[in-house]
This record gives sequence, C-alpha cells and structure tokens, in this order.
Amino acid sequence: MEKRDRGLHSRHRVVASVLSTIGMGLGQVYNGQIVKGILYLLLEIYVLIFWTHPFLQAMWGLITLGDTPQKRARGRIVVEGDHSIFLMIGGLIFLLLFLLFLFVYYQNIRDAYLNGKLRDQGFAVPSFKQTLKNVWEKGYPYILLTPTLLFTLFLTVLPLLFGILIAFTNYSAPYHLPPKTLVDWVGFKSFIDLFQLKTWSTTFYGVITWNIIWAVVSTFTTYFAGLFYATIINHKRIRLKKLWRSIFILPWAIPQFIAILIFRNIFNGQFGPINKMLMDMGFQGIPWLSDPFWAKVTIIVVNIWFGFPYWMALMSGVLTGIDREMYEAADVDGATGMQKFWKLTVPMVLYATMPLLIMSFAFNFNNFNMIYLLTSGGPANPNYSFAGSTDILISWIYKLTLDQSQFNMASVVSILIFIVVATFSIWNFSRTRAFKEEDMM
Amino acid sequence: MRKNVKIRENLTVALIYLILFVTAIFVLYPIVWIIVGSMNPGDTLFSSTFFPQRLSLDHYIQLFTNTQYPLWYANTLKIATANMILSTLLIVTAAYAFSRFRFPGRRQTLMAMLILQMFPGFMGMVAIYILLLQMGLLDNHWGLILVYAGGSIPYGTWLVKGYFDGLPRSLEEAAKMDGATHTQIFFKVMFPLSYPILTFIALNNFIGPWMDFIFARLVLRSNENKTLAVGLYEMVTGRGNTEFTNFAAGAVLVAVPITLLFLFLQKYLIEGVTAGANKG
Repeated sequence: MEKRDRGLHSRHRVVASVLSTIGMGLGQVYNGQIVKGILYLLLEIYVLIFWTHPFLQAMWGLITLGDTPQKRARGRIVVEGDHSIFLMIGGLIFLLLFLLFLFVYYQNIRDAYLNGKLRDQGFAVPSFKQTLKNVWEKGYPYILLTPTLLFTLFLTVLPLLFGILIAFTNYSAPYHLPPKTLVDWVGFKSFIDLFQLKTWSTTFYGVITWNIIWAVVSTFTTYFAGLFYATIINHKRIRLKKLWRSIFILPWAIPQFIAILIFRNIFNGQFGPINKMLMDMGFQGIPWLSDPFWAKVTIIVVNIWFGFPYWMALMSGVLTGIDREMYEAADVDGATGMQKFWKLTVPMVLYATMPLLIMSFAFNFNNFNMIYLLTSGGPANPNYSFAGSTDILISWIYKLTLDQSQFNMASVVSILIFIVVATFSIWNFSRTRAFKEEDMM
Repeated sequence: MRKNVKIRENLTVALIYLILFVTAIFVLYPIVWIIVGSMNPGDTLFSSTFFPQRLSLDHYIQLFTNTQYPLWYANTLKIATANMILSTLLIVTAAYAFSRFRFPGRRQTLMAMLILQMFPGFMGMVAIYILLLQMGLLDNHWGLILVYAGGSIPYGTWLVKGYFDGLPRSLEEAAKMDGATHTQIFFKVMFPLSYPILTFIALNNFIGPWMDFIFARLVLRSNENKTLAVGLYEMVTGRGNTEFTNFAAGAVLVAVPITLLFLFLQKYLIEGVTAGANKG
C-alpha cells in the first residue's frame, strides 16, 4: 500500500519540473503555487515578446561584427555603416543578460522540482506569504551578494571578456578602426604575429626580458632592504627605535605618484639637483633618465626608496614574533651575528612572508606607475615598435592602446600578462591555509 | 677575549648608527627638497637652490589663484570619498555572505573572484571606455567612481572574507540563540569586531583614486574635471618644466594630509596587510 502511494505521488516532482521546463511557472501552478507561477509566467512572456528580436540582432552583431562599411562621398557620410565594436559590446551585454535569464529559468525548474518533491513526501507546499519569508531567510546571502555581483559582472567581467575577444580580431589602426571601417574576427593571427613578425617579436622579447628582470630585482632589493633595516633597528643597543622607524616609513606614506614625479625632477639630466651637484664638483653629469642602462638603474634605486618601508614595517612585526630562546641557544653554540641572521632570521621571516612576497612580485610585474611616471618608458628605442627602453609589458600596452590604437596586439599582450600573474597567484593561493580549510579545490 | 667581543659590539653599534643616519638623509632628502622647492622664489627647477635666499609662499597663492588646482583637489576628494563608501559597502556585504553562509554556487563564485583579481585592470580599458561612452558617463566623475568600485571588489572581498573567517563563530551563534536577525548580527557582532580590516579597506579605497593615473586620464577629459594625479602630472611633464615650483607646492598640499592620515592609521594598515596574508 505504502509503496504504491509513493510510486503514485513521486510523479509530482517529475511532472512539475517538466512543466516548468516547457514554460516558466507552469510547474508552480501545477504545484498549487498560483501567484508565484503567474509571476514567473509573466516574466517569460515579457522576455519573449520584448527581447527576442533585440537578442537575435545582438547575436548577429556579435558573430558578424557588422557587414556594411561606412560610405563617404565628398567628405560626407552617405551610409552610416555598422560599428563593429559597439556591436560586439552590445552582443556581450545581451549574452550576459541571456545567461542571467537562463539562471532564473533554472531556478524556476529547480523550485518546481523541490516543491513537487515536498508533495510527493506528503507535505503541503508553502503559501506565497511563506515563500516570501523563506526568501528573506534562506536567500539572505544572495540578497547580500546581488549588488556586488552585478557590479562585478558589468564592470569587471564584461570589460575583461571584451578585452579577451579583441585579441581575436584585427581591431587596430590604421585599417580597422570603426566607425570608418569594419573589424573582423581573425582567430589566432595576432598571437602568431606577436611571436613571428619581426617588428613585433623583437619588441616583445626585449620588453618581457626587462619586465622579468625588473620584477625580480625590484622585489628582492626592497624585501632584503626592509629586512636589513628592521634587523638593525631591532639591535638591542640601538636607541630611539620608534624615531628611526617613523622616519623610514615616510616614503611608504607619501602618495606614490607625487614621490615619483619628484624623483623625475631630482634625476633630471639637465636641471636635476644631483647632476648639478656633480657638475659643481667638476664631474660630468650622469644621463639618469636618458640612457637606457642608467634609466633602468634609476628606476630600481627609486623603487628601493619606495618599497623598503613596507617590508621594514612588516618585518618589525615578524621579528618580534620570533622566539628569543633560539638566539640564546645559538649564542651558546658561539654563532656570530651574521650566522644567526642567515641561518635563523632569514628562513623564519621568509616562511612568514612568502605569500606577501609572491603577491609583491605580481604587483611589481605590473607596476605601471613606477615606469610610466618616472621615465614614460623612455628613452626611445629605435628597434622597438611603440615601446621605449624601460617599458614593461603593461606600459607598452598603455601606449599601444591609448596612443597607437593597436587594440588587438595590446589585448594579446595583456592575455599573456594574465597567464604569468595568474600562475603565480594560483600557486600562491593553493599553498595558503585558507584555501585548504575552505575545501576550495 | 671578553674585551674583544665588547669592542666588536661597540663597532657594530657605531656602524649601525652610521647606516641609520645616512639612510635617514636619503629618505628625507626628496621630501625636504620638494618643501624647500615649493617655497623657493622663481619658476623653474633650474633656479631653485637647496638653500634659498628667501622663502616665499607665492607659489601656494598662485596655485589657488592662477591654476585649477583647487578644483582638482575638490574633484579628487569627492571621487575618493564616494568610492570609499560605495566599494566598502559592496565588499563588506559580499565578504560577509561568503564567509558566514554556505549556499549553492558559493565556491564557484569565490573561485571566479579569485581569478578576476589576477587580470590586469588594463585589459578592460577599451571596453570601459566604450561602455562609459555609451552610457554618457565619459568625462564624468560618477563614471570614474563606478570603474574604481568595480575594480576593487574582487581583491577586497577576498581580503575581508579572510578576516571574517578568523572571527569566532560562537559569538554569532550566541546572538542567534538570543533571537537576533542576520542584519542585527552583522551590525552588532561582526561589525565592531572587524574595525581593523574595515579601516584598511576603506583607507585603501580612499587612497586609490588619489594615486590612480591610468583610469583618471582615460575617463576624465576636460580640464575642470581632472583629478590631482592627472593635473599635477601634466603640470610637470609639459614642455620645459616651467611650472616646477607650482607643482612642488601642489605636491606638498596633497602629500601632507595623505601622509598624516597614513601615519595615524599605520597600525591598522600593517594589521590589515598581515591579516589578509595569513588568512588568504
């Protein structure tokens, strides 16, 4: 008897979910949740009537990127033509909205299924009032998240998707710039060009080599300078520890763009105080910013000025956390100050700051301000296309985008940067505690 | 033997003092130089000497009467404050949801946030430009605020979530037993406990617009809409560098409040950074 009952009733969940798959809200009506069902149904009708045509149009635009080029006669626009980039963005927006709609549709089926299941098990389905209350209770995290996710979707995800798609088009000056001309999908052509066309590959390999050197050197110099100063201030016989720390922390506190612009003037080859001093003493001035080699040295030196306070402040905390007894034990064994530093302090500090060190590497890899505000990527390099001697990938992209309108190449390079940074970050996150605790992977 | 050790230690201490002293000079030099420069009569870098014959406040007066500096200052302050409020709100609500609730889709969304934070903000530059153009928000402060707020979410959410994860759950459970709602728990229990990280995030979001050059230059076109970063950059990279002393005065006026703010909140900042690092 019971068996037959369950077999009979178990149809509710199947029937409800099938109905909801056919039309939104039908399953809910079948389950007896009339108001909810009608609301769902109205939503679907509204979407079908008002959004089908625009959606199909948008998808056509996304796939073809337009087919009518602008026509001009005697300087006037005769045919407006399709604007490929607007079509692409419009297409993406509709695609995202469509995915949101699919998500709602899925929720509708799931809801029909769950309420059908309740009926199968012999429970009553919740009334509309109860449903509203349930949404507030169980849906609380979704309510909290909705604004943030919408923001992220349209201001971060959408631009990124667009940025990625650009890499597969020929969107660049001088021949493929809307609205005058159309843009086409070209597949991996830009990627191949970057590695194989000599004008692009010379620049790319040159810039990425300096970028890697810069990221490694800038991270390690600031890290060890910070550690060094934290250690010596920590020496037991040094007085006024707080005063020294306060002085040394100043570069971190000053707005970076201002400090960099100040340094740009200090290292000015003609008028800068350093060269003026050198010349007053009878030496020749050093071409700080106008010689490729010296410009790189200058960037690294200035970066130490900025970077070491952050690490010093952090290390001061880490150092006080280290167990004193280990040093006492080392003293008994007759270790020198240097030995204690390299064999005890460094490994422990390194262990404690590893994640930050990796993040700092990733940050320096893309440290646009440092390069662009100090040297603007210069001095000019005749072998490079659209890049100077001190340009790193990110400042090269900036020039490619804003000054040269080489959007497709800029996009290819930014995808490569992403791969580098993402590799480091994922590796970094996968070894932090939170990741394992959260069973994130 | 003992004496030797003593001498060596004295030498070490002397050496350390020497290093500290020299470093202090290097650290302070640019700061003193720019302050002196701002009060040095004359216009260019060339005419400014380290020990000026007389000090004047002319450049400060000029800055406020002859340039659009006050306007840039007000713009930056407005954008920074609005961004601070908007982003902090968006970040904290999301972080709270991720940290304290288990719901379908949670892991996937967190993963997506993690990956999003790794993309260089530049990648979306062209798209953001076109989006703002379409919405009529180009050369508009709200456009820029939206861009900043959107960009700060993924990183901030992870950081604050990490901090929330470290707070004991027993406190909320006790509050729940007493019949508190989710909203009450959030404001009465979680909020007071998370001041350090909230200060960190708020400060980060406030300082961000002061420092940003890239998006500010992309979005803001007209002279009266500029922010300080863009305005000052153009002041000092123009032909011949003839406005150096005005720039110096402008730089001092930006740097002083931010530096003070930073020094006062230093403790929170360091705690925030380490908290985020340790807890992921």
